[in-house]
Amino acid sequence: MRRLTWFNTTSLTLGFAFLYLPMVILVIYSFNSSKLVTVWAGFSTKWYGELMRNEAFLDAAWVTIKVAVLSSTFATVLGTLAAYVLVRAGRFWGRTLFSGMIYAPLVMPEVITGLSLLLLFIGIGLDRGVMTIVLAHTTFSMCYVSVVVSSRLATFDMSLEEAALDLGSTPFEAFRLVTLPIIAPAVISGWLLAFTLSLDDLVIASFTSGPSATTLPIKIFSAVRLGVSPEINALSTIMIAIVTIGVISASLISKRAAVRQRLEEQQAVRS
Amino acid sequence: MRRFALIAIPYFWLLALFLVPFAIVFKISLSDIALSIPPYLPQLDLAKGWEGFTKFLGALDFENFEFLMMDDLYYKAYLSSLKIAAVSTFFTLLIGYPIAYAMTRASEEWRPTLLMLVILPFWTSFLIRVYAWIGILGQEGFLNQTLMFLGLTSEPLIILNTPIAVYIGIVYTYLPFMILPIYSALEKLDDSLLEAAEDLGCSRIKAFWLVTFPLSRGGIIAGCFLVFIPTLGEFVIPSLLGGSNTLMIGKVLWDEFFSNRDWPLASAVAVILLLILIIPIILFQRNEQKQRESEG
Amino acid sequence: MTEALRPVFAPWNDPDEKPLIQFKNVTKRFGDFTAIDDLTIDIFEREFFALLGPSGCGKTTLMRMLAGFETPTEGTILLSGQDIAPIQPNKRAVNMMFQSYALFPHLSVWENIAFGLKREGMKGDALNSRVDEMLRLTRLERFAKRKPHQISGGQRQRVALARSLAKAPKLLLLDEPLGALDKKLRQDTQFELMDIQEKTGTTFVIVTHDQEEAMTVASRIAVMDEGRMIQVDTPARIYEAPNTVYVADFIGDVNIIEGRATPSGEHVQIAWGEGVSDITGTTDTSFEKGDKVHFAIRPEKVSVNVEKPDDTPNAFQGKVLDIAYLGNLSTYHVEMPNGQIIKAQSANTRRLSRRAITWDDTVWISFTATAGVLLKG
Repeated sequence: MRRLTWFNTTSLTLGFAFLYLPMVILVIYSFNSSKLVTVWAGFSTKWYGELMRNEAFLDAAWVTIKVAVLSSTFATVLGTLAAYVLVRAGRFWGRTLFSGMIYAPLVMPEVITGLSLLLLFIGIGLDRGVMTIVLAHTTFSMCYVSVVVSSRLATFDMSLEEAALDLGSTPFEAFRLVTLPIIAPAVISGWLLAFTLSLDDLVIASFTSGPSATTLPIKIFSAVRLGVSPEINALSTIMIAIVTIGVISASLISKRAAVRQRLEEQQAVRS
Repeated sequence: MRRFALIAIPYFWLLALFLVPFAIVFKISLSDIALSIPPYLPQLDLAKGWEGFTKFLGALDFENFEFLMMDDLYYKAYLSSLKIAAVSTFFTLLIGYPIAYAMTRASEEWRPTLLMLVILPFWTSFLIRVYAWIGILGQEGFLNQTLMFLGLTSEPLIILNTPIAVYIGIVYTYLPFMILPIYSALEKLDDSLLEAAEDLGCSRIKAFWLVTFPLSRGGIIAGCFLVFIPTLGEFVIPSLLGGSNTLMIGKVLWDEFFSNRDWPLASAVAVILLLILIIPIILFQRNEQKQRESEG
Repeated sequence: MTEALRPVFAPWNDPDEKPLIQFKNVTKRFGDFTAIDDLTIDIFEREFFALLGPSGCGKTTLMRMLAGFETPTEGTILLSGQDIAPIQPNKRAVNMMFQSYALFPHLSVWENIAFGLKREGMKGDALNSRVDEMLRLTRLERFAKRKPHQISGGQRQRVALARSLAKAPKLLLLDEPLGALDKKLRQDTQFELMDIQEKTGTTFVIVTHDQEEAMTVASRIAVMDEGRMIQVDTPARIYEAPNTVYVADFIGDVNIIEGRATPSGEHVQIAWGEGVSDITGTTDTSFEKGDKVHFAIRPEKVSVNVEKPDDTPNAFQGKVLDIAYLGNLSTYHVEMPNGQIIKAQSANTRRLSRRAITWDDTVWISFTATAGVLLKG
């Protein structure tokens, strides 16, 4: 049982306060009945109502979700394939370039990726719309998925796949029946990561979207350039609430699963 | 044969949608602006065969790059971006390291919760978190209201639309990216190393500087690159928090593209930014590889 | 020993027997490193064949080539007369029991065992009865629904065995199957394995670094070193008639005495140092006068007495340097006048207080002319 020094306790408290205070303030202000966001005038939920009636926002939200689901699913498939190549394919011609292309987008400034993709789409004559945003998001998301899945694959016990082959499964069956179920948590978190990245992306979407496809971040950005807006506060609170519920549930589920596993193992040893 | 297909699918996707676009950016940076869409010349007309190709090459020039070199705005923006990125990285490290360290000193049962608390902001919309600071740092924002209420200042501090707001915004947004690699590196450290150091006569602080800090180097480097490289080309934070006083190259690129509609110039800006970033990106990858090899 | 009581199982001596597995001049290289060096061996049906050797000797590589996870760089491997090198592991009539068991953690015991059967299309009643049969064979009926992390190490080992036998393969490969078990469990499981092997009539090839294990279970042992098989023989012959110093030294305890040979009639005289008379030994090989030889003799064949025995040609005087007391046995380390230490082992037939020999005593060690083996230097 470790005790924390005062220095460490202070670091943690101040650190987390810094991380969470702005979001807490945002949530509080979303219930401010005054239009002047920072001047408190009483509790009200009217901005939530306004938000729900705002067609433009609702449309943008729908487009954003569509794009996110599509791109994260494609990204998960491509990223898992890429992870497999990275971990299992050994040496092959062009491997350095391949791993470079996987890791570079993780740090590449979005203005560069956005600009380059737009120029590509124009160059090949592809009309900008939902599809182009999906292509763009898939491309950078697959790199994140690949990092998550490859780190899981690297610790995966190869002898399980060999056992499957030895017992008569084809390589694809071995992957489908043995490897995939076992690395599933990593693949799912890859999907979630890709989903969040897509949901949240402003810069690349701005470059690659078309007149028919406005995403929620684009709408939010054009609204907030002019300053604070109470509707945006309400929207932010909703999004924060969704993420919070999601993260806490995931955390509880995995904690409970780990505890159950440990209990079962202890039982086995005793019996 | 199957192996080839397996490798080929993600490979070609990335070639087509990551690498080829860069080549196009480079080509366009060598072109001139024109009125029609696509707003640049020359166009590569393959129908004209070899003659078309050489004519194409002939029309390319480094005009845009010369312009960038000469006009004050651009090189100032690059320098300003480098400065802001470096300073922000430093402060993110300064704030992030103690947090990561404190997390590893916490008891086992607290760690998953602490990790979750660090990850939650990471999953929350980046745009919203930056937006939150507008409401805090403005002249009538939360910060000024609190300071004046407490009597610490008599006039509102001007923070929004200055570089200071940008620094705060960057540190705030990128903090999880610094904490997580450092935490991960520190967590792998064996407690008995510290005990050995203290047994051999080190004070707590000395043991930290001589043992813990150097061994967490991999995590520090990863964290710094994860902050520095994207920050260099950052757009949203300087745009929302920095105002017109803060010069960052990401904003310049955006303005050239969307406001001035000068795509060749924007491309040239991107090319130079990329050249500046190549070395850090390669170093980042080398560090990642070293980290992975030492684990395996 | 039961060997004399039942018909001797020795297909390798029968010229009409066709081997199940044939390695013909097989070499396996990994880059610069030669793991298997020009190896030729026949393994017959119903054998329990042990590959014994230190880490890096190539035994695991050999096994993986049989399983199909490695292919030979040179040479051919035949299974029932067919070249198996081009056949993928999932299509071979060979199954493997992995060292780490490799049980599928997300499947129950029942599903683990059924896995291989389902791959060949077995279903319904046929599938159920076969899996149940395997569960009975390995006494795992109660655990059918449990997952691997819910059962103990010994039980997991049985699941791995059941799973690998389910498809009734012609050949079963066992990669250090008992390494993770504690000693008592290991001994019990060794006999269980032998029982199951006889009952199912499967050919087993086992890889182990534990010589006791090999000696217990195997019908033949192949002692390997650096990619070659040094000696392939029954456990008795490996122990009593090793063909090299390496094999003699690898199995059990042994005294190795270097000397020069002088043939004399039926015997060979070995001069082995200053101050000691020659050893008299016998051999099937021929030696020339002056040849360098190694005389290998097991400690249990060396008697130690206070008085000089006169009925044996080999009797030497020395001083007791050390006594290793093991409960049932005592090993005496006796120093000879030429400086060499000979180990003599005898059962402790008397209880504590009546021991005649103790440290620093002068004793006579002795052995018969046929007790040792002469190996070429």
